[in-house]
Formats: sequence, C-alpha cells, structure tokens
Amino acid sequence: MSNRYRKNLLVCNGSSCQQASDADLVAFINFKLKEYNLEDGIKVVQSVCSNKCSIGPNIIVYPDNVEYSKVTKSDIDDIIIEHLLNERIVERLVFDKENGNGVAPIKQYRIALRNCGFIDPEEIKDYIEKDGYDALAKCLSKYTPEEVTQEVIKSGLRGRGGGGFPTGLKWEITSKSVSDQKYVVCNADEGDPGAFMDRSVLEGDPHSVLEAMAICGYCIGANKGIIYVRAEYPLAVKRLKIAINQAKEYGLLGKNIFGTGFEFTITIKYGAGAFICGEETALIHSMEGFLGEPTLKPPFPSVSGYLKKPTNVNNVETFANIPAIINKGADWYASIGTEKSKGTKVFALAGKINNVGLIEVPMGITLREIIYDIGGGIVNGKKFKAVQTGGPSGGCLTEKHLDLPIDFDSLTAAGSMMGSGGMIVMDEDDCMVSMARFYLEFIVEESCGKCAPCRIGNKRLHEMLTKLCDGKGTMEDLDLLRNLSVVVKDTSLCGLGQTSPNPILSTMANFYDEYYAHVAEHRCPSGQCKSFMLYYISEENCIGCLVCARKCPVGAISGEKKKLHIINQELCTKCGVCMEKCKFHAVHLN
Amino acid sequence: METIKSVADLHKIRTSILEAKQKQIVENDNKKLVEIKVAMATCGIASGAKAVMDFFREELPKRNIVANVKQTGCMGYCYAEPTLEITIQDEKPVVFGYVDLKKADEIIEKFIKKGELVDGIIPIKYELAN
Repeated sequence: MSNRYRKNLLVCNGSSCQQASDADLVAFINFKLKEYNLEDGIKVVQSVCSNKCSIGPNIIVYPDNVEYSKVTKSDIDDIIIEHLLNERIVERLVFDKENGNGVAPIKQYRIALRNCGFIDPEEIKDYIEKDGYDALAKCLSKYTPEEVTQEVIKSGLRGRGGGGFPTGLKWEITSKSVSDQKYVVCNADEGDPGAFMDRSVLEGDPHSVLEAMAICGYCIGANKGIIYVRAEYPLAVKRLKIAINQAKEYGLLGKNIFGTGFEFTITIKYGAGAFICGEETALIHSMEGFLGEPTLKPPFPSVSGYLKKPTNVNNVETFANIPAIINKGADWYASIGTEKSKGTKVFALAGKINNVGLIEVPMGITLREIIYDIGGGIVNGKKFKAVQTGGPSGGCLTEKHLDLPIDFDSLTAAGSMMGSGGMIVMDEDDCMVSMARFYLEFIVEESCGKCAPCRIGNKRLHEMLTKLCDGKGTMEDLDLLRNLSVVVKDTSLCGLGQTSPNPILSTMANFYDEYYAHVAEHRCPSGQCKSFMLYYISEENCIGCLVCARKCPVGAISGEKKKLHIINQELCTKCGVCMEKCKFHAVHLN
Repeated sequence: METIKSVADLHKIRTSILEAKQKQIVENDNKKLVEIKVAMATCGIASGAKAVMDFFREELPKRNIVANVKQTGCMGYCYAEPTLEITIQDEKPVVFGYVDLKKADEIIEKFIKKGELVDGIIPIKYELAN
C-alpha cells in the first residue's frame, strides 16, 4: 500500500464553515498548491462538519492532526510555507485552551454511547471484547448488593428518562422492600416527538442494558427483568432478542451466573406505542395486560409495582451508564458534569439545525456549544429562535438561555425540563403559537382520558390555540389560555397532564409578543399561520399569462389574457402554488 | 458452545477473541488488516447503509482485499448517513459520511488500496469512556 500523498488538507465542507469563508477555500488551496508545485504530494479533501463551527472555517492537516481555525485566503500561504514545506505549525491559527487565543475544543464524551457504532450489536463477543460483562462479574464476585448500590448512589447518576430521580436511591428503596419476588423493568417506551436516544442504544449496544439490568437485579434482590419496548422499534426488538439469547447461551443470563448462585432472566414485553406508557405506573399496568392508565403515587412501584410486587423501573440510557460506572468507579463518574447533575447526557438534535444527530455531552455544557459548535448552527444561516427540550412536557429555551449550563435543575429553573433528551431547534421562521398547538395536538391524542383536567382541559387548550392560529382569538382567550394551563398543570393525575401545558406557558412567557400579534395585530409574525396570509397579484408585474389561473388547484384565480388577474380570497386555500409558478414575481404575500 | 461458568471463563473468552484476531493477521500474510464498520441503525438502513455494506462484502473479495466488514449501531452522524468507519491495522480509524455506492467504490480504490484520503471524511470529535 503506497500513498502518493504525503499530507492531506481536510477542509471542512460544513455549511457553517462555507458561510464563514471568504472564498472557495478548496479551489483556492488547489490553485496555491499548483503555484508551489505541491499538487503531487498534497491532496485537498473536503470533510464533513468537524463540529467547531463557531471558529470556522477549519482545516485539518493530516496525518499530523493539526487543526487550523478561522482560516482566510490570506492564511493559506503561511500554512503552505510554514507547515507543508517547513514542518512548522502555524501557531496563530491553532485555537485551543493552552494557546489562550480561542475557544476550548468542544468534545463530546461518550459513556452511555461508548459502544454504539463501534461493536456489532448482534455479536456478544464484540461486547465481551470491550470489557463487556466485566462489571457484572465484578459485582457478583467481589461486592455485596449494598456496596454496589452505594457505588451507584455515590456516582450521582440520575434517571435519564426525564424525572431525574437519583438512580442509586431508587435501587436502595426497592432493595429495602420485603417480598418473595421483585422485578427490574427497563423502560424503553420512548415516545417524545424527535427523540431517538433509547432506540439508538438498544440498536447499537443492547448487551450493556442487559448487563446493567442484571446488576440492578443483584442489588435489589430480583431475579426477573422485563424490558418494556414499543413494537414500533422492530430493529431494536430484534437485536434485543438476539442479545438475550446469546447471553443465555453463554450463561451470562439464567441460573448460577459466574458460578455465584445468582439467577437472572430477562423477557421482553411489547408496548403499542402509547405516549402515556412511558409513565411508570401506566407502563406497569400495560405490562399486566390492563389499560395503560396511570395511578396515583404512592404507592410507588418500588413498594408495589408489577403484579403488586416491588419493581424498579429505569430508563434505557440510565442502565447503559451503569456498567461504565462499575468498571471505572463512582468517583470517576462523579467528576464529570455539574454539582447536582453528574455524568453525561445523550441528546437527539433535530429541527432546523445543520448537524442533526445523536450527541453525548457532559452535563453543564451550554446550549450555545450544543447548537453552534456540535450542532453546526442553524440551517441556511437563519437566526436561532428557540429550542424545545423535554418534548411535549418540556418548554422552550430562547436566545437569553444560550449560555445557560445545561443540567436537570437549571432547565427546570428556566421553565423547561431535561426530559428524555430530545432537542428540537427552531429558527426565525417558526411560529411559537402553532408550535404550542402542535404539542397540544399530540397531547390530546395521547391523553389516556382517565382524569378530567387532562382529558377535557387539554382539548380546550388545543381549541383555543387553534382559534388563535385561525385569527379568531380575543384578548380574553389569552387570559383564559394561561389560567386553564395552570389549572390543568395543578390538577392532573400524572406527569403527562401535569406537564402538558408547559409548551404554552413557556412560549407565553418568552414570546408573548407573538401571541399578542396573533390577536391584537391580526398577524403571524413568522408568517406560518395560513389564516393570516393573503396572496395577491400586483398590477405592475402581472402580464396576464394565465399560468397562475391554470395552476390554481381550487380555481380561485380569474382574469383574461394580458389583463391583471385577481385572487378570490374566499376560495383561496393559501397553498402558494401561484406564487411558485409565476415567473414574473407578480404574486405577493402580505 | 462455550459457556461462562466463572469470572475466569469470561477472561478466557476475551483472550481467545484477541487471539483469533491475531491469527487472522498472521493468516493474512501479515498484510494490514482492514476493518469496516457500517452504521446500521434503523436510520442508517433507511438511508441506504445495507446496500453499501453488501457492496463492500461482495466487492472486497473480488478485488483481493481481506477485510472484516461488520454492522454496528448508530454513530450519531444522522446528518451524514450512510456513515462508516474504516480502520486499517495499526492506524487511526477514519470515518466517512454520505457514502453511496459510488463513494464506496472510490473508498476501496483510493483509501483502502492506496491509503489516500477522499472527500467526505468526518473528523472524530469525541472521547470514549472505554
């Protein structure tokens, strides 16, 4: 194998770096390399976003692994002469902490995702090779259940499903419940719109969840584990089944594990994909074969859960952290993150962001770092408006929250919540009123209907938001909207209803002007709500070609050849086809 | 079928996995071994990762390249699917994004055969806990 290129220049091709460039850097560097007669030994390669967008454009010299940032046309000569010809690093273009001239390199840290994308999830040997089942072996052979529980408590791990309850404490409470039978349940009923963290872990590293469940079983004194996974995740289910069978064959699940007499088996229960079943009491009822409806706590599942036996319910991501904590120690885990939220969090980035993807970052990272560095900024260079965290139960964070260190408590204080980790990014074109309506629509469909505030209240909230979006809202509606939101929040039975008005309350707190505009000024500031749109044809540009009239799907445009056309506003459905088809830019939108 | 009856058995299996890898290197006339990991989560498969993986599995033997092609889960680069990671023995892994069949062919001819980088590399920007 001979590489004819002695060095490569990796030029970031991400849209953020491209926007920041003062030239087509790839073409310019190629031109310069020719000038220096270097084109035979050096190759320019376009790379996908390198996640340092705030200090772009970025160029990496390979194989030296030196990264230059904020590179302009005028820096290219220096890079070529100094680095490529004289092997000296151009220090002024290196941005790092030590240098003191820039931003610290943003690093993702993968704990829950440590194996995701690195091992074959259908091959137990791959997992074993990466220290798999070491944690279970260590727990069973060296420590008492109490010691392991204390280790988990010491690590500061909090439930990753959304609640943020300390995991170790939950284990301790369940272990103290006296019963002939206890259960470990893995909550894999991920239902937030835009969230896919748990699916990715199950599809990429199922064994780490199985191992952690067995460890949990050892701690709380349970010999049965159940994974409640939605049937909408067929690949996750398939890989889980393979993983369970392989673990059984190897003797890592079943009787007398590692010859220690400890027994643990895992079965799968399928959910039909109801959002409410992510709530632990509803999940347990669904597993028992009853309606997926929540019940009032207490009694907590740790005292009376599945089949009235003490049950410990944890989320997939929470479990995925456990083997790493046992292997590397609680102190190591507790050294990452903020004072009250330890470790890392997996986020699913979605919406109007360049690098849509799955990331794992230490707690305490700011929203700005997530959106502008790891996320690569907003699509098409538009202005950031808000990010919805915590799904339909969460709230929106705005520009003023960009430098907020993210952890469980700071997000709650800011009127949102951590939730399971979905982050939907919105730009200046998104209407916050219709965004709130979207989430309420979701809630209305997903409410189980058991308690009146959630069943009826959310329906009324949704109707009011629809009224606002249709341009029929009044100022009284705004007051009513807020009051009813508070009532639903205070009186609903379970977490779903108690949090469902959050999107309304947080958008009203942060974007009241938009609500006001919908009612008082009769307009939608971001131009999303169709009822406020008015398409019209301007006299000066229209040449009377009849194209729009022919293309209009509802026949709302009339006019004769070479004469001004008119849109009948009664018939117009605001589909925008006329505007799209008019070559003379005669169709306008107010 | 090996079963694990003690902690020592687990370590024994891990050693045998590593030994099998060493054996493969020796059997390969000490030529550098190539490992290709294709991100095959639901999202990767939906954007065409399966076809890319099959392409490598079919084409590499035809072109006399010994490689381990395997599926993995999500690598996190949803914006650049299908993605794959290639490790040439003793070298650092390189991740490629937006890999279609054409790009896969280019990767075999240029990167795997000659060690030459091609467009579409994703610089790795994370630390791993293990």
